[in-house]
Amino acid sequence: MFETVLQALFEGFSKSLEIFVLTLLGALPLGLIISFGSMSRFVPLKIFTRGLVWVVRGTPLMLQLIIFFYGPGLLLGTNIWGIGSQGRFVAVIVAFILNYACYFSEIYRGGIEGIPRGQYEAGQVLGMNKGQIFFRIVLPQVIKRIVPPMSNEIITLVKDTSLARIIGVYEIIYFGEKFIKSNGIIWPLFFTGIFYLLFSGVLTLLFGYIEKKLSYYKV
Amino acid sequence: MAVLEIKDLKKSFDNTEVLKGISFTVEKGEAVAIIGSSGSGKSTLLRCATDLEKADSGSISYNGKYLVRDKVYAEKEEKSEICSCFGLVFQNFNLFPHLSVMQNIIEAPMLVKKVSREDAEKKARDLLSQMGLSGRENAYPCELSGGQQQRVAIARALALDPDVLFFDEPTSALDPELTGEVLAVIKKLADSDMTMVIVTHEMAFAKDVANKVIFMDEGVIAEEGKPEDLFYNPKTERLKAFLHNASY
Repeated sequence: MFETVLQALFEGFSKSLEIFVLTLLGALPLGLIISFGSMSRFVPLKIFTRGLVWVVRGTPLMLQLIIFFYGPGLLLGTNIWGIGSQGRFVAVIVAFILNYACYFSEIYRGGIEGIPRGQYEAGQVLGMNKGQIFFRIVLPQVIKRIVPPMSNEIITLVKDTSLARIIGVYEIIYFGEKFIKSNGIIWPLFFTGIFYLLFSGVLTLLFGYIEKKLSYYKV
Repeated sequence: MAVLEIKDLKKSFDNTEVLKGISFTVEKGEAVAIIGSSGSGKSTLLRCATDLEKADSGSISYNGKYLVRDKVYAEKEEKSEICSCFGLVFQNFNLFPHLSVMQNIIEAPMLVKKVSREDAEKKARDLLSQMGLSGRENAYPCELSGGQQQRVAIARALALDPDVLFFDEPTSALDPELTGEVLAVIKKLADSDMTMVIVTHEMAFAKDVANKVIFMDEGVIAEEGKPEDLFYNPKTERLKAFLHNASY
Protein backbone atom coordinates (compact mmCIF):
# COMPACT_ATOMS: atom_id res chain seq x y z
CA MET A 1 0.00 0.00 0.00
CA PHE A 2 2.69 2.44 1.06
CA GLU A 3 4.53 2.01 -2.21
CA THR A 4 1.37 2.49 -4.24
CA VAL A 5 0.62 5.70 -2.40
CA LEU A 6 4.16 6.98 -2.73
CA GLN A 7 4.20 6.25 -6.44
CA ALA A 8 0.93 8.08 -6.96
CA LEU A 9 2.11 11.04 -4.92
CA PHE A 10 5.34 11.23 -6.87
CA GLU A 11 3.38 11.28 -10.10
CA GLY A 12 1.26 14.14 -8.79
CA PHE A 13 4.28 15.94 -7.43
CA SER A 14 6.08 15.82 -10.75
CA LYS A 15 3.06 17.56 -12.31
CA SER A 16 3.16 20.22 -9.58
CA LEU A 17 6.87 20.64 -10.18
CA GLU A 18 6.34 21.04 -13.92
CA ILE A 19 3.77 23.78 -13.35
CA PHE A 20 6.13 25.46 -10.90
CA VAL A 21 9.16 25.44 -13.19
CA LEU A 22 7.34 26.42 -16.38
CA THR A 23 5.51 29.23 -14.60
CA LEU A 24 8.79 30.68 -13.32
CA LEU A 25 10.46 30.37 -16.72
CA GLY A 26 7.63 32.31 -18.32
CA ALA A 27 6.67 34.73 -15.57
CA LEU A 28 10.12 35.99 -14.56
CA PRO A 29 10.91 37.55 -17.98
CA LEU A 30 7.28 38.46 -18.75
CA GLY A 31 7.01 40.24 -15.39
CA LEU A 32 9.97 42.43 -16.31
CA ILE A 33 8.33 43.36 -19.61
CA ILE A 34 5.05 44.15 -17.84
CA SER A 35 6.91 46.31 -15.31
CA PHE A 36 8.34 48.35 -18.22
CA GLY A 37 4.79 48.81 -19.47
CA SER A 38 3.54 50.03 -16.11
CA MET A 39 6.44 52.52 -15.89
CA SER A 40 6.10 53.66 -19.51
CA ARG A 41 5.91 57.36 -20.30
CA PHE A 42 3.49 56.45 -23.10
CA VAL A 43 0.30 56.97 -21.11
CA PRO A 44 -2.10 54.61 -22.95
CA LEU A 45 0.35 51.72 -22.51
CA LYS A 46 0.82 52.58 -18.87
CA ILE A 47 -2.92 52.70 -18.23
CA PHE A 48 -3.49 49.44 -20.12
CA THR A 49 -0.73 47.65 -18.23
CA ARG A 50 -1.77 48.90 -14.82
CA GLY A 51 -5.36 47.92 -15.63
CA LEU A 52 -4.23 44.43 -16.57
CA VAL A 53 -2.24 44.10 -13.35
CA TRP A 54 -5.24 45.31 -11.37
CA VAL A 55 -7.58 42.75 -12.95
CA VAL A 56 -5.14 39.86 -12.61
CA ARG A 57 -4.15 40.65 -9.04
CA GLY A 58 -7.69 41.57 -8.09
CA THR A 59 -9.37 38.29 -9.05
CA PRO A 60 -8.73 34.75 -7.78
CA LEU A 61 -6.30 32.62 -9.74
CA MET A 62 -8.91 29.87 -9.58
CA LEU A 63 -11.39 32.04 -11.47
CA GLN A 64 -8.74 32.93 -14.03
CA LEU A 65 -7.94 29.27 -14.59
CA ILE A 66 -11.59 28.44 -15.28
CA ILE A 67 -12.08 31.41 -17.59
CA PHE A 68 -8.84 30.73 -19.44
CA PHE A 69 -9.74 27.13 -20.04
CA TYR A 70 -13.41 27.38 -20.90
CA GLY A 71 -13.57 30.97 -22.16
CA PRO A 72 -12.11 30.54 -25.65
CA GLY A 73 -14.29 27.53 -26.45
CA LEU A 74 -17.51 29.06 -25.19
CA LEU A 75 -16.97 32.62 -26.37
CA LEU A 76 -15.04 32.15 -29.60
CA GLY A 77 -16.29 28.73 -30.49
CA THR A 78 -12.80 27.29 -30.84
CA ASN A 79 -10.81 25.32 -28.36
CA ILE A 80 -7.44 26.99 -28.63
CA TRP A 81 -5.81 24.75 -26.03
CA GLY A 82 -5.87 21.47 -27.93
CA ILE A 83 -7.59 18.33 -26.72
CA GLY A 84 -7.16 16.11 -23.72
CA SER A 85 -4.89 16.51 -20.72
CA GLN A 86 -2.25 18.19 -22.85
CA GLY A 87 -4.68 21.01 -23.67
CA ARG A 88 -5.66 21.43 -20.02
CA PHE A 89 -2.04 21.61 -19.03
CA VAL A 90 -1.27 24.32 -21.59
CA ALA A 91 -4.19 26.40 -20.32
CA VAL A 92 -2.93 26.03 -16.75
CA ILE A 93 0.57 27.16 -17.69
CA VAL A 94 -0.66 30.19 -19.64
CA ALA A 95 -2.94 31.30 -16.80
CA PHE A 96 -0.25 30.77 -14.17
CA ILE A 97 2.39 32.65 -16.17
CA LEU A 98 0.12 35.66 -16.71
CA ASN A 99 -0.97 35.69 -13.07
CA TYR A 100 2.51 35.43 -11.63
CA ALA A 101 4.03 37.82 -14.18
CA CYS A 102 1.67 40.51 -12.90
CA TYR A 103 2.73 39.97 -9.30
CA PHE A 104 6.39 39.85 -10.30
CA SER A 105 6.00 43.03 -12.37
CA GLU A 106 5.07 45.00 -9.27
CA ILE A 107 8.10 43.64 -7.43
CA TYR A 108 10.34 44.56 -10.35
CA ARG A 109 8.78 48.01 -10.52
CA GLY A 110 9.44 48.61 -6.84
CA GLY A 111 13.03 47.46 -7.28
CA ILE A 112 13.67 49.56 -10.38
CA GLU A 113 12.07 52.71 -8.99
CA GLY A 114 14.14 52.33 -5.84
CA ILE A 115 17.45 52.72 -7.69
CA PRO A 116 18.70 56.26 -7.07
CA ARG A 117 18.66 58.70 -9.97
CA GLY A 118 22.38 59.25 -9.49
CA GLN A 119 23.15 55.73 -10.73
CA TYR A 120 21.56 56.50 -14.10
CA GLU A 121 23.27 59.89 -14.23
CA ALA A 122 26.66 58.39 -13.42
CA GLY A 123 26.21 55.89 -16.24
CA GLN A 124 25.08 58.64 -18.60
CA VAL A 125 28.04 60.96 -17.99
CA LEU A 126 30.34 57.97 -18.48
CA GLY A 127 28.88 57.65 -21.98
CA MET A 128 26.89 54.45 -21.48
CA ASN A 129 23.73 54.02 -23.50
CA LYS A 130 20.35 53.19 -21.97
CA GLY A 131 20.69 49.44 -22.47
CA GLN A 132 24.14 49.36 -20.90
CA ILE A 133 22.95 51.42 -17.95
CA PHE A 134 19.96 49.14 -17.39
CA PHE A 135 21.65 45.78 -17.76
CA ARG A 136 25.07 46.57 -16.26
CA ILE A 137 24.19 49.08 -13.55
CA VAL A 138 20.51 48.97 -12.64
CA LEU A 139 19.40 45.35 -13.03
CA PRO A 140 22.11 43.78 -10.85
CA GLN A 141 21.13 46.13 -8.03
CA VAL A 142 17.44 45.46 -8.62
CA ILE A 143 18.01 41.73 -8.29
CA LYS A 144 19.59 42.16 -4.89
CA ARG A 145 16.68 44.30 -3.71
CA ILE A 146 13.95 41.98 -4.91
CA VAL A 147 15.22 38.64 -3.63
CA PRO A 148 13.23 38.79 -0.35
CA PRO A 149 9.83 39.72 -1.89
CA MET A 150 10.43 37.35 -4.80
CA SER A 151 11.15 34.43 -2.50
CA ASN A 152 7.85 35.13 -0.77
CA GLU A 153 5.96 35.07 -4.06
CA ILE A 154 7.75 31.97 -5.33
CA ILE A 155 6.95 30.01 -2.19
CA THR A 156 3.32 31.00 -2.65
CA LEU A 157 3.56 29.61 -6.18
CA VAL A 158 4.60 26.22 -4.81
CA LYS A 159 1.26 25.99 -3.00
CA ASP A 160 -0.79 27.63 -5.75
CA THR A 161 0.11 24.81 -8.14
CA SER A 162 -2.61 22.84 -6.32
CA LEU A 163 -5.23 25.05 -8.00
CA ALA A 164 -4.53 23.35 -11.34
CA ARG A 165 -6.88 20.51 -10.47
CA ILE A 166 -9.85 22.84 -10.86
CA ILE A 167 -9.62 22.29 -14.63
CA GLY A 168 -8.53 18.72 -14.34
CA VAL A 169 -4.77 18.87 -14.27
CA TYR A 170 -3.92 16.23 -11.70
CA GLU A 171 -1.34 17.43 -9.24
CA ILE A 172 -0.28 15.98 -5.92
CA ILE A 173 -3.30 16.84 -3.75
CA TYR A 174 -5.62 15.25 -6.29
CA PHE A 175 -3.73 11.99 -5.96
CA GLY A 176 -3.64 12.22 -2.18
CA GLU A 177 -7.34 12.88 -1.94
CA LYS A 178 -8.11 9.99 -4.27
CA PHE A 179 -7.12 7.56 -1.53
CA ILE A 180 -9.79 8.96 0.78
CA LYS A 181 -12.44 8.05 -1.71
CA SER A 182 -11.00 4.74 -2.90
CA ASN A 183 -9.45 3.32 0.28
CA GLY A 184 -10.85 5.44 3.09
CA ILE A 185 -7.40 6.46 4.33
CA ILE A 186 -6.26 10.00 5.06
CA TRP A 187 -2.54 9.61 5.69
CA PRO A 188 -1.64 9.98 2.01
CA LEU A 189 -3.06 13.50 2.22
CA PHE A 190 -0.81 14.27 5.18
CA PHE A 191 2.05 13.03 3.06
CA THR A 192 1.27 15.60 0.38
CA GLY A 193 1.82 18.23 3.07
CA ILE A 194 5.28 16.82 3.69
CA PHE A 195 6.09 17.15 -0.02
CA TYR A 196 5.11 20.83 0.12
CA LEU A 197 7.09 21.42 3.29
CA LEU A 198 10.20 19.80 1.90
CA PHE A 199 9.94 21.71 -1.35
CA SER A 200 9.41 25.08 0.27
CA GLY A 201 12.17 24.23 2.75
CA VAL A 202 14.62 23.67 -0.10
CA LEU A 203 13.55 26.97 -1.67
CA THR A 204 13.96 28.83 1.62
CA LEU A 205 17.51 27.53 1.90
CA LEU A 206 18.19 28.43 -1.72
CA PHE A 207 16.97 32.01 -1.32
CA GLY A 208 18.92 32.36 1.90
CA TYR A 209 22.01 31.29 -0.02
CA ILE A 210 21.33 33.79 -2.81
CA GLU A 211 20.80 36.61 -0.31
CA LYS A 212 24.07 35.75 1.35
CA LYS A 213 25.85 35.60 -2.01
CA LEU A 214 24.62 39.12 -2.77
CA SER A 215 25.48 40.56 0.64
CA TYR A 216 28.99 41.55 -0.47
CA TYR A 217 27.70 45.04 -1.18
CA LYS A 218 25.11 47.44 0.15
CA VAL A 219 22.69 49.42 -1.96
CA MET B 1 39.98 77.50 -29.12
CA ALA B 2 38.21 77.28 -25.78
CA VAL B 3 37.59 73.80 -24.40
CA LEU B 4 34.19 74.93 -23.19
CA GLU B 5 32.16 77.90 -24.31
CA ILE B 6 28.76 78.70 -22.87
CA LYS B 7 26.72 81.56 -24.29
CA ASP B 8 23.57 83.11 -22.84
CA LEU B 9 22.43 79.85 -21.24
CA LYS B 10 18.94 79.94 -19.77
CA LYS B 11 17.07 77.32 -17.80
CA SER B 12 13.79 77.37 -15.90
CA PHE B 13 12.02 74.85 -13.72
CA ASP B 14 8.25 75.35 -13.45
CA ASN B 15 8.32 79.09 -14.20
CA THR B 16 11.26 79.67 -11.88
CA GLU B 17 14.16 80.95 -13.92
CA VAL B 18 17.24 79.34 -12.42
CA LEU B 19 19.76 80.40 -15.05
CA LYS B 20 19.12 83.82 -16.54
CA GLY B 21 21.69 84.03 -19.30
CA ILE B 22 25.09 82.59 -18.36
CA SER B 23 28.13 83.12 -20.58
CA PHE B 24 31.71 82.10 -19.91
CA THR B 25 34.58 80.19 -21.45
CA VAL B 26 37.07 77.72 -20.12
CA GLU B 27 40.48 77.56 -21.78
CA LYS B 28 42.69 74.52 -21.93
CA GLY B 29 44.56 73.94 -18.68
CA GLU B 30 42.40 76.36 -16.72
CA ALA B 31 40.90 75.58 -13.33
CA VAL B 32 37.68 77.52 -12.89
CA ALA B 33 35.97 77.70 -9.51
CA ILE B 34 32.29 78.57 -9.35
CA ILE B 35 31.17 79.98 -6.02
CA GLY B 36 27.90 81.40 -4.77
CA SER B 37 25.22 80.72 -2.22
CA SER B 38 22.84 77.75 -2.42
CA GLY B 39 20.14 78.26 -5.01
CA SER B 40 22.23 80.60 -7.12
CA GLY B 41 22.17 78.11 -10.01
CA LYS B 42 25.68 76.64 -9.77
CA SER B 43 24.62 73.01 -9.83
CA THR B 44 22.03 73.58 -12.55
CA LEU B 45 24.72 75.21 -14.65
CA LEU B 46 26.91 72.14 -14.26
CA ARG B 47 24.02 69.81 -14.99
CA CYS B 48 23.21 71.69 -18.19
CA ALA B 49 26.86 71.65 -19.25
CA THR B 50 27.01 67.88 -18.70
CA ASP B 51 23.72 67.22 -20.52
CA LEU B 52 21.91 66.00 -17.39
CA GLU B 53 19.46 68.89 -17.86
CA LYS B 54 18.28 70.35 -21.16
CA ALA B 55 19.02 74.01 -21.75
CA ASP B 56 16.02 76.22 -22.59
CA SER B 57 18.08 78.54 -24.76
CA GLY B 58 21.63 79.60 -25.45
CA SER B 59 24.53 77.47 -26.56
CA ILE B 60 27.09 75.09 -25.11
CA SER B 61 30.08 74.00 -27.15
CA TYR B 62 33.11 71.82 -26.50
CA ASN B 63 36.23 72.34 -28.62
CA GLY B 64 34.12 74.34 -31.05
CA LYS B 65 31.47 71.66 -31.48
CA TYR B 66 28.00 72.53 -30.34
CA LEU B 67 26.27 70.29 -27.83
CA VAL B 68 23.30 72.63 -28.12
CA ARG B 69 22.63 75.79 -30.04
CA ASP B 70 19.27 77.59 -29.92
CA LYS B 71 17.44 74.60 -28.43
CA VAL B 72 18.79 72.24 -31.09
CA TYR B 73 20.88 69.43 -29.65
CA ALA B 74 23.55 67.60 -31.63
CA GLU B 75 22.56 64.38 -33.38
CA LYS B 76 23.06 61.16 -31.48
CA GLU B 77 26.47 60.18 -32.76
CA GLU B 78 27.93 63.66 -32.71
CA LYS B 79 26.45 64.19 -29.28
CA SER B 80 28.12 61.15 -27.79
CA GLU B 81 31.41 62.33 -29.27
CA ILE B 82 30.92 65.77 -27.73
CA CYS B 83 29.88 64.25 -24.40
CA SER B 84 33.07 62.21 -24.31
CA CYS B 85 34.89 65.56 -23.94
CA PHE B 86 33.82 65.97 -20.34
CA GLY B 87 33.64 64.05 -17.10
CA LEU B 88 31.66 64.78 -13.96
CA VAL B 89 32.37 64.10 -10.31
CA PHE B 90 29.19 64.12 -8.25
CA GLN B 91 28.60 65.49 -4.79
CA ASN B 92 27.57 62.07 -3.49
CA PHE B 93 30.03 60.06 -5.60
CA ASN B 94 27.46 57.81 -7.32
CA LEU B 95 29.83 54.88 -7.49
CA PHE B 96 28.25 51.62 -8.63
CA PRO B 97 27.81 49.73 -5.34
CA HIS B 98 27.71 46.25 -6.89
CA LEU B 99 31.04 46.70 -8.66
CA SER B 100 34.51 46.65 -7.14
CA VAL B 101 36.76 49.70 -7.33
CA MET B 102 38.52 48.24 -10.36
CA GLN B 103 35.25 47.35 -12.12
CA ASN B 104 33.85 50.81 -11.40
CA ILE B 105 36.79 52.35 -13.22
CA ILE B 106 37.13 49.99 -16.19
CA GLU B 107 33.42 49.51 -16.92
CA ALA B 108 32.97 52.59 -19.10
CA PRO B 109 36.30 52.45 -20.97
CA MET B 110 35.60 48.83 -21.90
CA LEU B 111 31.91 49.29 -22.76
CA VAL B 112 32.02 52.70 -24.35
CA LYS B 113 35.53 53.11 -25.72
CA LYS B 114 36.08 49.40 -26.41
CA VAL B 115 39.43 49.46 -24.61
CA SER B 116 40.80 45.98 -23.89
CA ARG B 117 40.50 44.75 -20.32
CA GLU B 118 44.26 44.61 -20.00
CA ASP B 119 44.78 48.24 -21.06
CA ALA B 120 41.83 49.46 -19.01
CA GLU B 121 43.13 47.74 -15.88
CA LYS B 122 46.63 49.08 -16.40
CA LYS B 123 45.31 52.60 -16.70
CA ALA B 124 43.03 52.11 -13.69
CA ARG B 125 46.00 51.03 -11.57
CA ASP B 126 47.94 54.12 -12.61
CA LEU B 127 45.01 56.35 -11.74
CA LEU B 128 44.45 54.63 -8.40
CA SER B 129 48.05 55.15 -7.44
CA GLN B 130 47.73 58.83 -8.38
CA MET B 131 44.71 58.94 -6.10
CA GLY B 132 46.66 57.27 -3.29
CA LEU B 133 44.49 54.17 -3.47
CA SER B 134 46.90 51.49 -4.65
CA GLY B 135 45.93 48.08 -3.37
CA ARG B 136 42.23 48.89 -3.03
CA GLU B 137 41.32 47.55 -6.49
CA ASN B 138 39.17 44.73 -5.15
CA ALA B 139 37.38 46.67 -2.43
CA TYR B 140 33.69 47.51 -2.81
CA PRO B 141 32.45 51.08 -2.39
CA CYS B 142 30.70 50.25 0.90
CA GLU B 143 34.05 49.25 2.36
CA LEU B 144 35.61 52.66 1.64
CA SER B 145 35.40 55.97 3.48
CA GLY B 146 33.61 58.83 1.77
CA GLY B 147 36.92 60.43 0.86
CA GLN B 148 38.18 57.21 -0.69
CA GLN B 149 34.93 56.77 -2.59
CA GLN B 150 35.20 60.26 -4.00
CA ARG B 151 38.79 59.61 -5.10
CA VAL B 152 37.63 56.44 -6.87
CA ALA B 153 34.93 58.52 -8.55
CA ILE B 154 37.61 60.95 -9.74
CA ALA B 155 39.69 58.06 -11.10
CA ARG B 156 36.59 56.68 -12.82
CA ALA B 157 35.98 60.01 -14.55
CA LEU B 158 39.66 60.38 -15.53
CA ALA B 159 39.76 56.88 -17.03
CA LEU B 160 37.87 58.22 -20.05
CA ASP B 161 40.45 60.97 -20.70
CA PRO B 162 38.07 63.92 -20.59
CA ASP B 163 39.20 67.29 -21.92
CA VAL B 164 37.46 68.98 -19.06
CA LEU B 165 36.42 67.60 -15.68
CA PHE B 166 33.48 69.03 -13.74
CA PHE B 167 33.20 68.76 -9.98
CA ASP B 168 29.80 69.36 -8.37
CA GLU B 169 30.59 70.26 -4.75
CA PRO B 170 32.95 67.30 -4.49
CA THR B 171 33.51 67.63 -0.74
CA SER B 172 30.08 68.72 0.50
CA ALA B 173 29.15 65.19 1.57
CA LEU B 174 32.41 64.68 3.45
CA ASP B 175 33.48 65.55 6.97
CA PRO B 176 36.37 68.05 7.30
CA GLU B 177 38.99 65.37 7.81
CA LEU B 178 38.13 63.59 4.55
CA THR B 179 37.63 66.86 2.69
CA GLY B 180 41.36 67.52 2.85
CA GLU B 181 42.40 64.33 1.11
CA VAL B 182 39.98 64.90 -1.78
CA LEU B 183 40.99 68.55 -2.18
CA ALA B 184 44.64 67.51 -2.22
CA VAL B 185 43.95 65.16 -5.12
CA ILE B 186 42.08 67.86 -7.04
CA LYS B 187 44.90 70.31 -6.38
CA LYS B 188 47.38 67.81 -7.80
CA LEU B 189 45.24 67.54 -10.93
CA ALA B 190 45.16 71.31 -11.26
CA ASP B 191 48.94 71.42 -10.94
CA SER B 192 49.19 68.93 -13.82
CA ASP B 193 47.15 71.39 -15.93
CA MET B 194 43.99 69.34 -16.05
CA THR B 195 41.15 71.54 -17.30
CA MET B 196 38.56 71.72 -14.55
CA VAL B 197 35.37 73.46 -13.49
CA ILE B 198 34.73 73.15 -9.77
CA VAL B 199 31.57 74.16 -7.99
CA THR B 200 32.65 74.55 -4.39
CA HIS B 201 31.90 76.07 -1.03
CA GLU B 202 35.57 75.74 0.00
CA MET B 203 36.68 79.34 -0.42
CA ALA B 204 40.28 78.81 0.65
CA PHE B 205 40.56 75.98 -1.83
CA ALA B 206 39.02 78.02 -4.64
CA LYS B 207 41.48 80.83 -3.96
CA ASP B 208 44.39 78.42 -3.89
CA VAL B 209 43.62 76.26 -6.91
CA ALA B 210 41.58 78.29 -9.39
CA ASN B 211 42.95 80.42 -12.21
CA LYS B 212 39.57 81.98 -12.54
CA VAL B 213 36.68 82.38 -10.14
CA ILE B 214 33.06 82.87 -11.10
CA PHE B 215 30.65 84.23 -8.53
CA MET B 216 27.03 83.35 -9.26
CA ASP B 217 24.08 85.07 -7.73
CA GLU B 218 20.41 84.48 -8.50
CA GLY B 219 21.01 82.88 -11.86
CA VAL B 220 23.55 85.31 -13.25
CA ILE B 221 27.32 85.66 -13.11
CA ALA B 222 27.63 88.60 -10.76
CA GLU B 223 31.39 88.79 -10.91
CA GLU B 224 34.26 86.85 -12.45
CA GLY B 225 38.00 87.20 -12.60
CA LYS B 226 41.29 86.20 -11.04
CA PRO B 227 40.94 84.78 -7.53
CA GLU B 228 43.05 87.51 -5.93
CA ASP B 229 40.82 90.20 -7.46
CA LEU B 230 37.58 88.56 -6.43
CA PHE B 231 38.61 87.60 -2.95
CA TYR B 232 40.56 90.73 -2.01
CA ASN B 233 38.86 93.30 -4.20
CA PRO B 234 35.23 92.35 -4.64
CA LYS B 235 33.43 94.97 -6.71
CA THR B 236 29.81 94.07 -6.12
CA GLU B 237 28.02 94.46 -2.82
CA ARG B 238 26.61 90.97 -3.27
CA LEU B 239 30.05 89.35 -3.42
CA LYS B 240 31.28 91.45 -0.49
CA ALA B 241 28.37 90.22 1.59
CA PHE B 242 28.87 86.63 0.42
CA LEU B 243 32.58 86.63 1.27
CA HIS B 244 31.87 88.30 4.58
CA ASN B 245 29.49 85.50 5.51
CA ALA B 246 31.55 82.66 4.09
CA SER B 247 33.56 81.08 6.84
CA TYR B 248 37.08 80.79 5.60
